[in-house]
Amino acid sequence: MAKLKVAFYWAASCGGCEIAQLEIGEKILKVAEVADIVFWPVAIDAKYKDVEAMADGSIDVCLFNGAIRNSEQEHLAHMLRKKSKVMIAYGSCAYEGGVPGLANMFDRASIFERVYHETPSTNNKHKVFPEPSHKVHEGVLCIPEFNDTVKTLRQTVDVDYIIPGCPPEEKTTWLALTALIEGKLPPKGTVITDNVKAVCDDCPRKRDVKKVKKVYRTYEIITDPEICLLEQGLLCAGVATRGGCGAPCPQANMPCTGCYGPVEGAIDQGAHFISAMASVIDSKDPDEIQKIIDDIHDPVGTVYRYSLPDSLLRRARIQ
Amino acid sequence: MTKNKAKVGVYICHCGSNIAGVVDVKDVAAYAQGLPSVAAVKDYVYMCSDPGQNIIKEDIKHLGLNRVVVACCSPSLHELTFRRACQEAGLNPYLFQQANIREQCSWVTEDAALATVKAKALVSGAVSRVVHQEPLEKREVEINPNTLVIGGGIAGIQAALEIADGGYKVYLVEKTPSVGGHMAQLDKTFPTLDCSSCILTPKMTQAGSHPNIELMVYSEVEEISGYVGNFKVKVRKKAKYVDEEKCTGCGICQTKCPIRVDSEFDAGIGKRKAIYTPFAQAVPNVPVIVAEECTYFIKGKCRACEKFCEPGAIDFEQKDEIVEIDVGAIIASTGYGVFDPTPMAHYGYGRLDNVITSLEFERLVSSAGPTGGKIQLKDGSTPTSIAIAHCIGSRDEKYHEYCSRVCCMYALKYSHLIKEKTEADVYQMYIDMRCFGKGYEEFYKRLSEEGVKFIRGKVGEVTDRAISDEEKGKLIVLAEDSLLGNVMRVPVDMVILCVALEPQADAENTARKLGISRSADGFYLERHPKLDPVATTTDGVFVAGCCQGPKDIPDTVAQASAAAARALAMISKGKVEVEAATAHIDEERCSGCRICNDLCPFSSITFDEEKKVSRVNDALCKGCGVCVAACPSGIISGRHFTAEQIIAEIEGVLA
Repeated sequence: MAKLKVAFYWAASCGGCEIAQLEIGEKILKVAEVADIVFWPVAIDAKYKDVEAMADGSIDVCLFNGAIRNSEQEHLAHMLRKKSKVMIAYGSCAYEGGVPGLANMFDRASIFERVYHETPSTNNKHKVFPEPSHKVHEGVLCIPEFNDTVKTLRQTVDVDYIIPGCPPEEKTTWLALTALIEGKLPPKGTVITDNVKAVCDDCPRKRDVKKVKKVYRTYEIITDPEICLLEQGLLCAGVATRGGCGAPCPQANMPCTGCYGPVEGAIDQGAHFISAMASVIDSKDPDEIQKIIDDIHDPVGTVYRYSLPDSLLRRARIQ
Repeated sequence: MTKNKAKVGVYICHCGSNIAGVVDVKDVAAYAQGLPSVAAVKDYVYMCSDPGQNIIKEDIKHLGLNRVVVACCSPSLHELTFRRACQEAGLNPYLFQQANIREQCSWVTEDAALATVKAKALVSGAVSRVVHQEPLEKREVEINPNTLVIGGGIAGIQAALEIADGGYKVYLVEKTPSVGGHMAQLDKTFPTLDCSSCILTPKMTQAGSHPNIELMVYSEVEEISGYVGNFKVKVRKKAKYVDEEKCTGCGICQTKCPIRVDSEFDAGIGKRKAIYTPFAQAVPNVPVIVAEECTYFIKGKCRACEKFCEPGAIDFEQKDEIVEIDVGAIIASTGYGVFDPTPMAHYGYGRLDNVITSLEFERLVSSAGPTGGKIQLKDGSTPTSIAIAHCIGSRDEKYHEYCSRVCCMYALKYSHLIKEKTEADVYQMYIDMRCFGKGYEEFYKRLSEEGVKFIRGKVGEVTDRAISDEEKGKLIVLAEDSLLGNVMRVPVDMVILCVALEPQADAENTARKLGISRSADGFYLERHPKLDPVATTTDGVFVAGCCQGPKDIPDTVAQASAAAARALAMISKGKVEVEAATAHIDEERCSGCRICNDLCPFSSITFDEEKKVSRVNDALCKGCGVCVAACPSGIISGRHFTAEQIIAEIEGVLA
């Protein structure tokens, strides 16, 4: 049997997904037995033009991580889609926009203003901002165009499967790779994890009915290691997040931040999380409720940490 | 049936000129014609009329419609009408959707063009939604023929007797040692002036001896679970320390008990013992010992009552008992509390002698009260002038906005009683005289002729700071006579504060147990203020008397009889339909996070400890959607309100 041709690519991401792909350890040898890596900017020396030269559909699988933030990423997403039989969104950024997607609270102008002008360490009196092309003596210099809005991979091209996580846990990656190697692919559109229930199902902490009287940030409280973190006032997103990760964060006394995305079938993870929190705030007094809510710092970054571009609202409206 | 094969009929109602006077119904109909899946569109002058409904039925039969949208008034008005019409034509009633183009379009604007645009959007939303609707079946459950009545005041007694007389078993639970409630505390009743006890005690006795009534006094409902037709109730029977079987009601224990405390029944102006029956005609005539007050319980000795009790009925070893009962219907008749005017320092209640509340006056003037009915001041002398201050805590934005509905009338009654028993001048300081019941206006007119002085103005202050000799040693009532426009200082000997009726202090707790709502004023909320004033939003739970809102005795009795009739009707039917549009938890995807567990206002969600999943009891669920919205996994779906249906409707409206 001919070896599988596999491509990896990174768009707007931190690089953690590349590390996560290597986290499968010695199992990589098994991958090497059955697959050839034809494109992987972080590890092998192949150029865009090499990909361009490949025949359409000649790559068996592309694992694409990172959100779509600029014209280069958008171009590569389209190109790789064309060349690949199976397109996989790997990790939270490709799946839902991820942390870079929080930039959708702003637009290009306000981001440039902040980054290239306002920051205290920047000296840019003439407000020189990046532009896609710039004429210099030697010719025209080009850089990718920075978009107003961060998009998910699915909002850019047709995607076959999703491997969630920031980054995906080793066991989730291996689950997907096994399916690929064995040719036992699930129905198109499947988010590949080994649990369709929320993280709570993986979490060993003891759960009771929920009543939240005060919200804490992680440094403000020493939690009971046995009891559900949400019941102790930490905004643990596990209730609103797809399981399959094995709940490593709550087991390390850190609240889940929601990186595996919404539970199968749920439409907007953040909205579901907010709605659930609103339901368990234990007060009927409007002033007290306001005080409890005021303790939630950075609400968008808390409930939509990985999913703002994939939410129903997608982005903030900038006046 | 696949969605592709949906055949939707759209019917636009003119509602006479209510809708057609503003919305261009023909234009809306033409627009609907072009919507996907729409197979028939008609407009008609009154869709809810028989001919209107027949149009729908005929189209279902002849055009093979499998979905129906009617654009007309609010679903709360005619959803049932059109659902029934669909059902009669063989279409599942849940395949009907109503677009409200009257209350939400024609009635709220004069701009015909905009109203028409909005009507189109709502019709589009309804069509888009109805395609996703699924047939649902209502289910029937058997009804337990027993009824629980909570609260043994006149409302509870009346309701219990009606049902018991109808041949069915009633558990009447009362938290004090005797039935009778506030009515037993009253002296005479307006406007007929018949003696309250005289008309009440026969009913109390009846309730106490009726073979179909199981009276549980000194008892409180601890917990209610279950649903219409099948409630399970836990009742705490508090320890009386008196054996009911042995006690003969002779009363010797009460004479011998050395401890005297304020009597609740006498509104604090009289005393009772630590072992007591609240009043002489108590039903049952069995005393209780209040352990917190009893010398034996506090110091370990005394036992005077036990020594003198011939039948040996005293039992210091008695313990609270939890009794479990099964009932099909519940009537809440838990009554009212009385507003405490102490926080209104300017009236001097609690600070100035002889400023008393209406309930205290009621006990003062009662021939069975501590003074034997003698109207007297703290020092024992007879007052020569009395001011009656209306609306204390009622019709007052700082306390209760509502009118307590009985104060004007009892204030008139007081005038009469004072005039009958003393020579005193009587002043009524009122905002408005509200004498709206049968024979009430006539009573007012009669009193106006008895020499009572009516001053139209709310009392601003009661003080003992005299500024003239005439005022010395008196209570001076400051009020503005708003008819004459001058501020008056009226020196009197006694001031009666007509305090508001308010929800019982534990009303919130009781409402929670019953799974019913309260209105903004804190009283229990009826299902509909006009057309269903006895039922609540929880099927099988009815309300009667002042727990639903202040009312006088005739209204209370009428409502109690109505509640009994509703319970009897349910019992005689034997079965009850339960809501089909309930919430559903997909157990395959429930992570058991327990967010939803404590939210259900109808206590229909339970947690399966073994499987670690939450579960909805269909018979209890009212389909309110609280858990659906709260579920962070989005795996609780509201039948008839699925995410798919709601999003389809939104997309339709925005299309």
